Amino acid sequence: MWAFIHKLGSPKWFYTISAKLQPWFWAAAVLLLVVGSLWGLAFAPADYQQGNSFRIIYVHVPAAFLAQSIFISMAVSGLVFMVWKIKVADMAAAVMAPLGAAMTFVALFSGAVWGVPTWGTWWMWDARLTSMLILLFLYLGVIALRGAFTSRDSASRAASVLAMVGVINIPIIKYSVDWWYTLHQPASFTLTSRPAMPTEMWLPLVIMVLGFYSFFIALTLMRTRSEILRREANKRWVQDLVKGQVEETR
Amino acid sequence: MTPKRKQKLFVILGLVSLAAIAVGLTLYALRANINLFFSPVQIAQGDAPMERQIRAGGMVKEGSVSRDPESLDVEFTVTDYVDDLEVYYSGILPDLFREGQGVVVVGELQADGRLYADKVLARHDENYMPPEVAQALEEAGYSPADYQAKAAEVGKRLDEEGVPQASEY
Repeated sequence: MWAFIHKLGSPKWFYTISAKLQPWFWAAAVLLLVVGSLWGLAFAPADYQQGNSFRIIYVHVPAAFLAQSIFISMAVSGLVFMVWKIKVADMAAAVMAPLGAAMTFVALFSGAVWGVPTWGTWWMWDARLTSMLILLFLYLGVIALRGAFTSRDSASRAASVLAMVGVINIPIIKYSVDWWYTLHQPASFTLTSRPAMPTEMWLPLVIMVLGFYSFFIALTLMRTRSEILRREANKRWVQDLVKGQVEETR
Repeated sequence: MTPKRKQKLFVILGLVSLAAIAVGLTLYALRANINLFFSPVQIAQGDAPMERQIRAGGMVKEGSVSRDPESLDVEFTVTDYVDDLEVYYSGILPDLFREGQGVVVVGELQADGRLYADKVLARHDENYMPPEVAQALEEAGYSPADYQAKAAEVGKRLDEEGVPQASEY
């Protein structure tokens, strides 16, 4: 177990193993997203009250899931980097942040578009919406901190600390609809309880959620690989690798 | 794990838990301000300020909506199945507005005990279903989202405990 984790921490080993994993996650992501969006947008039945505007759930919910999961992954990677000094963890955290920020924005934007016909307003300062906006600012803060230092090590440590402290916001987002009166409804889709919708609406949502996660994993593997090449550019194995590839194309 | 790493791990976990406690206490102290709206129980208890813009939320009482045929004026009762609040509004209502539906109304409480709303927002619940299922439920004698049954339970609980719970809506 420990040997495996230490191996995973070696950039070279990670670079090799991720090459094998990556195509599977890309294939799963494309398949699930195509099936899920066709099913959700075209074939799932309309809602009895909202009509077709409910279909935004097939983008909104997976994006909101991912926005929170990516932040947690970033915080865990930050902890691993700070305590065990594993550089790959920091590289992964660095490449995750922009996708997390994008997903938070998608969740906020799709929610606003849905809010206009459903609630009668696109924004309300309720606990769920506000804590989600704070998540977006935390992501932007993490990205900005990484850019603000000339030394890479200081930048990584500062970003890790912000991610670890910012993770406090995640339970607040999750439970905001239970703790306070909010305009946003409680969760329709959780891993633990019976879904608040029939199977023909719920199944495409599950497929979309899995598709979003596969996409996140595939993209993170891909971007971590390029980050490894960038940061380890003066290492022997990277130079050999590049030399080999250049000769192959000749 | 080396002692140095262990120490580092504890320092980080300690700092994060301290920050979590600080945030938790702050949110607990601000809980009245974070709640988006007052429930009719709270308004009946006199918790809400008069003649200042507030938000009130609850269910639109069945059979309480009366529209003026000449204008956009509408009157309805917002209820949490314990206390009622009469609302007067003039304007266009959101599509989802109907009896038995959750709403948030923005406006001022006047001395006559009514709330004069500037804005009515519909609150959606977490239940989704196709129209045929909703119709079948209705024919079987249930209201689509089964609000009434849910709310009656809450009302009974409130009567026993006397504490409004945010999570029940």
